[in-house]
Formats: sequence, C-alpha cells, structure tokens
Amino acid sequence: MPKTRLPVTRRTFIAGASATALTGVAPIRRSFAQGAALKVGVIHPSSGFLAQIGQACNRGAQAALPVLKDMGYANIEIMLGDTESNPDVARAAGERLINAGAQLLVGAFDSGQTSTLAQVAEQRGIPLVINIAAAPPITEQGYKFVFRNFPRAPGIVAGTFEVQKQLFAASGRSPSKCVVLHVNDTFGTAMRGAFGGIYPRMNMPYQIVDYISYDPQARDLSVEVAKAKATGAEILLAVSRLNDAMLLTREMVKQRWEPWGIVAAGPGYYEGAYMKTLGKNGNFVISTVPWYDPRKPLAQRMIEAHQKMFPGQVVDTNTVFTFEAMLVAADAYKRAGSANPQALAAAIRATDIKDNAALSDGIKFDAKGQNDTVRIAGIQNFDGDAKVVFPLSSAERNFVFPVPGWQARR
Amino acid sequence: MIKIWLAEIPPRGRLYLGLLLAALLAAPLFIDGYALSVLVLVFYFAYLGQAWNIMMGFAGQLSLGHALYFGLGAYTGAALYVHFGLSPWLGMLAGGAVAAAAGAAIGALGFRFKIGGVYFAILTIAFAEFTRILFDHWLWVGGSGGFFLPVTGGRGGNDLLGLRGSPTMFYYVWLAATIGVLILCRALLSSRLGYFWLAIREDQEAAQALGINTFRYKIFAVMLSAALTAFGGVLYAFYNNNLFPSAIFSITRSIDMLLGAIIGGVGTLMGPIIGAFILTPLGEALTVLLEPLRDLGIKLDGIKQVFYGLCVVVIVVFQRRGVWPWLWRKLGLDGGAK
Amino acid sequence: MPIEVYLNQIASGALTGLIYGLSALGLSVIFGVCKIVNFAHGEMMVIAMYAALLAFQWFGLDPLVSIPLVCALLFAAGYALQAGLINRLIDVPDHMQFILLAAIAIAMVSGCLMIFGPNAQNVQLDYAYDSYEIGPLLLDKVRVLAGIAAISVAGLLAAFFRWTWIGKAICACGDNIVGARVTGLNVKHLFALAFGLGSVCIGAAGCILLLLVDVQPFLAVEYTLLAFVVVIVGGLGSLTGALLAGVLIGVSEALAGLFIQPSLKSMFSFGLLILVLLFRPQGLVGKRA
Repeated sequence: MPKTRLPVTRRTFIAGASATALTGVAPIRRSFAQGAALKVGVIHPSSGFLAQIGQACNRGAQAALPVLKDMGYANIEIMLGDTESNPDVARAAGERLINAGAQLLVGAFDSGQTSTLAQVAEQRGIPLVINIAAAPPITEQGYKFVFRNFPRAPGIVAGTFEVQKQLFAASGRSPSKCVVLHVNDTFGTAMRGAFGGIYPRMNMPYQIVDYISYDPQARDLSVEVAKAKATGAEILLAVSRLNDAMLLTREMVKQRWEPWGIVAAGPGYYEGAYMKTLGKNGNFVISTVPWYDPRKPLAQRMIEAHQKMFPGQVVDTNTVFTFEAMLVAADAYKRAGSANPQALAAAIRATDIKDNAALSDGIKFDAKGQNDTVRIAGIQNFDGDAKVVFPLSSAERNFVFPVPGWQARR
Repeated sequence: MIKIWLAEIPPRGRLYLGLLLAALLAAPLFIDGYALSVLVLVFYFAYLGQAWNIMMGFAGQLSLGHALYFGLGAYTGAALYVHFGLSPWLGMLAGGAVAAAAGAAIGALGFRFKIGGVYFAILTIAFAEFTRILFDHWLWVGGSGGFFLPVTGGRGGNDLLGLRGSPTMFYYVWLAATIGVLILCRALLSSRLGYFWLAIREDQEAAQALGINTFRYKIFAVMLSAALTAFGGVLYAFYNNNLFPSAIFSITRSIDMLLGAIIGGVGTLMGPIIGAFILTPLGEALTVLLEPLRDLGIKLDGIKQVFYGLCVVVIVVFQRRGVWPWLWRKLGLDGGAK
Repeated sequence: MPIEVYLNQIASGALTGLIYGLSALGLSVIFGVCKIVNFAHGEMMVIAMYAALLAFQWFGLDPLVSIPLVCALLFAAGYALQAGLINRLIDVPDHMQFILLAAIAIAMVSGCLMIFGPNAQNVQLDYAYDSYEIGPLLLDKVRVLAGIAAISVAGLLAAFFRWTWIGKAICACGDNIVGARVTGLNVKHLFALAFGLGSVCIGAAGCILLLLVDVQPFLAVEYTLLAFVVVIVGGLGSLTGALLAGVLIGVSEALAGLFIQPSLKSMFSFGLLILVLLFRPQGLVGKRA
C-alpha cells in the first residue's frame, strides 16, 4: 500500500493539502505474469449502519482464500475497502483500491453503494463481481464490466412463493390469509413491488390481506405487530433486517400472536445474533433466501474453512455469495491467463462453473452480466442453527409446520 | 469588477490564488482516478459549504437541514430528466426554484413566528426529516427503493449539455461551480444586500432600527442559499446516477455539508473551500495511513471516523473562528481576513 | 379493528413515551442551564446502554438494578466533558459548539463500533416476555417497569432541583447567569454539574431502554432527533412538559401507525414538532421566554 502523508507546513498549506489529494497514491500500472497473485478489491460497508453485514461479507471473502488455494487456483490477494455505508464514499473507496492495484472488484452488498461502485468499475474498465444487491436496475444499465451472481428482487419473491407452495403441499395445511410486514428501505421496497406483481400469477392458496410497512430505523414495532395480528392472518410474510427482525419477534411473543408460522423473505432471521438473542423464540422461522446447497462438496469446504478462521461466526447468505464472487474471480483469472481487465471481463462473461456452493445451477452470466440460476432455499431455525428444509431434495432436516406457539416452547 | 476585487487581495495572495487555480485547472492531466474522485468530493463540499455559508455566515441564520434543499434539487432535476427528458440545466433551474420556494416557506414560517437560533436550526432538521420520510413513500421517484438515472455508455464521450460524461468532466463542472459561487459571494459581500445581511448578522435589532427590512432580507438569504444548494443537488444526481432518500436527505449529509464551512471559517469567502480541502483529504489520508494497522491484526472498522472526529474537536478547540483567519495571517496576507 | 387494539397501543405508546421523556429531560437540563445543544445525546445514551449491557454480562445485573451504577458513570463522564472541554468554549457561537458535539458524537459512535462490534446485543431476562392481562388490556411487563422507573428518576430529579441547595443554584445559573456570577456562584462548576445531571437522565433512560431494544452503535441519531422533538414539544426546562410530550409522541406515533401506515409514523412526530414551533414555540407546558 503506497503511503501518503499530510504535509502541513506553515506556508505551503494550500498546496500541501491539495497535494495530499493529488498525489496521495501513486498510480500503479503493472502487468502481471501468470502465477502472480490476483489482486481483488473487496469493498463492503464495514463501518456505518450496515457494518454488521459488511463485516460478514468480508469474512466470506477471507474464508474463500484457503479453499480456492486448495482447489489449485492462483493466489488471490485481498485488498479491503470500506464504503462507510455511504454511497459518496463508495466511489472514492473503489477508486482508491483500483489505484492501489486492484484488478477486480467484489462488492458491495447495499444497492446504492453497489450502483455507485458499478459506475467506477465501468469507467475504469475494471470488472466488478457483485456479491449481493437485489435492486434490478444495476444490471439493466448496459454495463460491460459488471456481473451479479445474486437474484434480483422478483426472483427472490417468486422463489419465496415456490417454497411456500412446497411447504403447504408437504404439510397438508393451507392458510387462507397472509399478511406482509416489510421494512421500507431499498430492499423492502423492491420486494414489496415484486410481491404486488408476482402474487397474482402464483395461485397461492391465501389472500394477502394487508401490506404493512415500517421505517428501517423503527424504534418500536408494537403497532406494526398489533396491526398484523388484527388481520387474523395465519401466515406472516416478513421482509426485515436484523434489528427489526428481533424487535418484531419479541413483540409477537409479548402480544401473544401465534400464527402458523413466520416466513421471512430475506435477511435477519437466520443470522447468528437473531438466534442467540431470541433463544427458543427464534426457533422455527422459515427464511426463504439464496443460500448454500448443503449437498454440494464445495459448500462443505467453505463452511469448514469459515469455521476454522472465524469460530463462532455463522455461515449465511452473506458468506456464500461473497465466497462465490471470489470463486468467479479466481476462475476467470485462471481462464484469462492474465490480469488484464479486458481479458478478465471476457473470461467472467464466459464463466461456466458447475461445481459451486450456492443452491443454483452453477454460475453463468447472461448478456447483461446477470446470473439467474440462483434458486431460493427454505431454511428453518433449530436451536441456533439454520437448516435447509426446502427444496426437499437438498433438505438437511424435516420442516416443522405449523410451528408450536410461544407458550408451548417454554 | 473582478479586477477591483483582485486588487484588494494582497499581491502574495494573488500569487497563491493564481498558482492554486493553475494547479487545479491542470490537475486532471497529472492525477489518477482516485485523486480525481477525491478532488470532486472536495469541490462538492466546497461548493455546498459556500452555499450554506450565505445563510449562516452572511445572514446569521443557522440551518442544520440543508440536505432538504440539496435533495429537492437532486430529485427535481433527476425526475424531470427521467420522466420528461428535460435537460439537467433546465432541471437545475426548476430544482433551484423548488428549493428556493421551500426555503422561503420555511424561512417565512420561522422568521414570522420569531423562531431564532437553535430553535430555527432544529426546525430546519425537522423539515428535512419530514421530507425524507415523504420521499421514502413517493413511488413516482422510486420511494425508498431508489431512483436510478440511466447511465448511457459508461465510457462514452462527454456531453456537457446533457451532463453525461467522465469523472474528469464532472471535475471541471464542480470546479467551475465552486469558482462561480465564490465570485458570486464576493459580489454579494460588496453589494447593498450583502451589507444588509452583515448588519442583520451582527445585530438584528440595530439593523431593524436602521430601517432594514430584516424579514425580507433574511428570506432572500435562505432562498439564495437553498437554490444554490439545489444546483449542487442536481449536479450530484447526474454524477452519482442514483438517489436514495435515506442517503440524500439524511442529517449526516446536512452535517457533512456545513462541517467544512465551519472548520474553514464561517462568514469568510475562502473558509468553506479551505475547510473542504482540509476535511476530505483528512478522511482519505486517515484511511490510507491507518491501513498498515490492518496487517498487525487490529480491527480497523470505525477507527477512521474516531480519528476524524477527534481531529475536528482539536481544530474547534484551537481555532475557534475557523482555520482560514489563522491561515490568512500565517500566509502573510495580513490586513484583515476576508 | 377491535377496540382493544387501540387501547393496547395507546397504553404501550404512553409507557414507551415516558422513557422518551426521561431521555429528553437530559437534553433539556443541559440546554436549560449550559445553553448547549447536546448533539451527542443519542450517542451518550447508546454508551449508557452498553454500560448496562456489560453490567449484565459481567455481574448478571438487571439493567434496572444497574441504573445507579450507570448513572454514576455517566455523571462522571458528563461532568468531565463539560469541565474539561466545553467550559473552555462557552463563549463561542452556537454553530461552533454544535460541530464540537457533532464531532464528539462521530468519534463516540465509531468507538462503540470498534469496541463492541456491529452486532445488536441485548440482555436476556426471564421476565422479558411476560405480560399482564388487565381486563381487555395486555400490558407488557417490561414496558410497565420501564415506565415506573422513568417516572421515579424524573421525580428524584425534580426533588433535587427543588429542595437541595445545589439544585437551586443550578437553576439560578440557568435562569440568569450574570446574577449567578454576581452572587458568587462558581458558574463553571455548576455548569459541569448540570451537564453531569443531564447525563444522569441519559444514563437512566439508556438502562431502561435496554429492556426494550437491542443496542448497536448506530441507534444514536434517531434518539437524538427524538429527544429534540420531545423537548421542544414539551417546552424547554419543564420536567412535566418533557414527560408529557414523551407520552404524547409515543401515543400519537402509535395511533398514526394504526390509522395510516407505520412507516409514516415518525413523520408525525416531526410534523408535531413543526406545528408546536410555529404556534406555541414555548412548548406545551413551557413559559414564554
């Protein structure tokens, strides 16, 4: 990492201050011979209000290194960047890593920051492999250097309905009313839009009786839960983040609302902090998310490596898709035979990985740089562990549905 | 006009100013993408700080909710472009008008009901937050899902009229905006309006006694400051190509905007620019300087902001009037800080 | 919707509102006496929450039990902050004090992130999920305890200002600083005491809040803004005003959530703030300045 200093001398202050900006990092333009390490800039919001997820993504990237090495791929050097959960900073962070020699970028979880980063990648001609970001417009801009191995919001929603159908069929119980509670942020709104568009086509047994949205910074979800409870729905379909997921569940217990089950389309409920904080009350939530396929050997290797490097931290969606982004990078580097960005981008476009970790039909990108083969898994919480229960062909455990009431769990 | 103003600057100051300007104009030839993106941020803050300074520094009205005007501009410009194909420059006029109207309304309410000082500042925050939640629900501009501008041909040519182009083009646009607003502020300071403002800032009751319509001139200051901030918002929208209410209208953005102006020196012409040149590079320098700690196995996430906050505290404690008045003396430009 | 739903939500909004009121009291005391707008308010509360969390993790203390402990800590921190730093900057303009505290807030949030990590954490109490059934009402035990605790702390504070010599001296300082100086009061010491006392409210509110929400570093901004709203709606310097406004905000947010859409509910708080500023700038209970 090139060093910079802040030359604050008495008389050259203005010049000095600008010089820091101007010459802060000397440009590095080297060509790398085959066998040299591929420098991957991994950019996530590792501070700021998304820090928890950003740091989980970074762990996924780091856990990928030993596994990829084992698989015989060339070495990868990770350069970490921090968007500080701020799209303005995301641009500078991307530029900084590219300048410091990053030949490929991986990031950035949040749709806004990812969208900004995508522009940097495109302008600088450095490939960006998006690990997670569900907002559809990002791959609709005609970018040539941007690839996304993650489903868009409509894909997640369609998968959510599919998993529920399997659930109802396998359990023989069909609810007649469902209420949607969603956080009103980027992800939540995208999902809400997709629900409206896709639900009518899915022939679900239930009616969606209400859509209730709440602010991402909500301090208190008692009204939301009271409102949802009053609808008399048998199924709660939730789109949450971590903190609101905890508030929501706790409030359900306190208000003694016991629907047949909570189906969570998205993050929050499978996370370690959720299960640890809620204990027994965190059990049996079914999350419908992109996940790893426990039957795939690579998934097992990933889990092993992650447990070894970060004992006590759970493997989840953040881990898997950042891991796969690194896999895409390593694989493209091998086939491209050089770290030349054009060659790397061409190689990524031609990606055809069959042996991957996520629940999907391998990794390949369409003309827009989107991988649409990722399927949605149904995972259920059992005493601190999220286990795959759907699709049945990949199930690690039998599902429980309808779930026991709060009182029955004590 | 400009000649007269230049003549007022000591020769040494003119030399520094000329050198700085030359360096900035030539900069894109020598620097790389990273430094360029940092400089764009510097001018973004310098421009917005200058716009904020008109309201606080000149007319003495503290606003902590400038993200409101910024966001109104950004969304107006972007929505007119996306939905009606209106050129960003026309959108800028529209955005400026919307923001000025909002500023006039808030100012009128606040000043009519004699809400001053800290209360007025909190009123501005309340309006910004109110609007943030409103935009979170307004689906015509994407709601909280975000509003995306089409990015046509990422590496294509520069189209100044359509504000589509490379970071270098945006660098010059932001630089020009900063210089433009600097000249405007200089002109204002020696205008009747400017004198009225300063009179109001120093002693509102005395100004009133002199027959100055303080209500009207304070509203002017808010409107002008809001409109200029909105222009910046439009530029931002076309530079970043995505807008999210939670990021655009956030109180953090309001604070970032005025931090540079206050650190540089409220009410001075160069203050906001100097402040931006200190704070943005400081943040980046901290990122780079603290990087080696990561190799030592120290968890870095957040450490940059801790140092950043402490640096600001130190500057406030030791330079109560901002850095520029001090720098002015240190550069040997004595003769009264402007 | 059945009527119980409304009653339940009004009750729970009112109880939660009491905590908001207590927290806002901290802001009010500091502004009323020192004329400092504490932009690090929410951050200090988050620190108090972490302190209560540690007390639970290390010694198994219920956050309600650790209130005195955390308050003592916050008092010391608040006193030191005012005596060591802010007292030097008493005569600088508002905006300078504002960025001083805003910068302290930035450092505090990220400091918490570095020390405690980004994950939301909470205390696990055996009564955390209990609720009382009173007629049609279903009251959450934690909220009831929280409300009682908030009123008690506010009551103690009121008694302190009313009946102790130091309390009266601090009030005098807030009312008329010149007069206080003339009578020979050590104004800087009293300022620091006032900041400390404000911090005590923040500390107590933080402990109580930990029963209801999970602590993570980035809660702060929301609580700072909320405290502004409550203080201005209630009227500066009024103890009952702050509690009343807290309850009013709590209840109106609950009703807005029920009648319209929950994601719009904080818009109502800010709307209320705007209305109060315009039509009753002294606040609901405050006296005209």
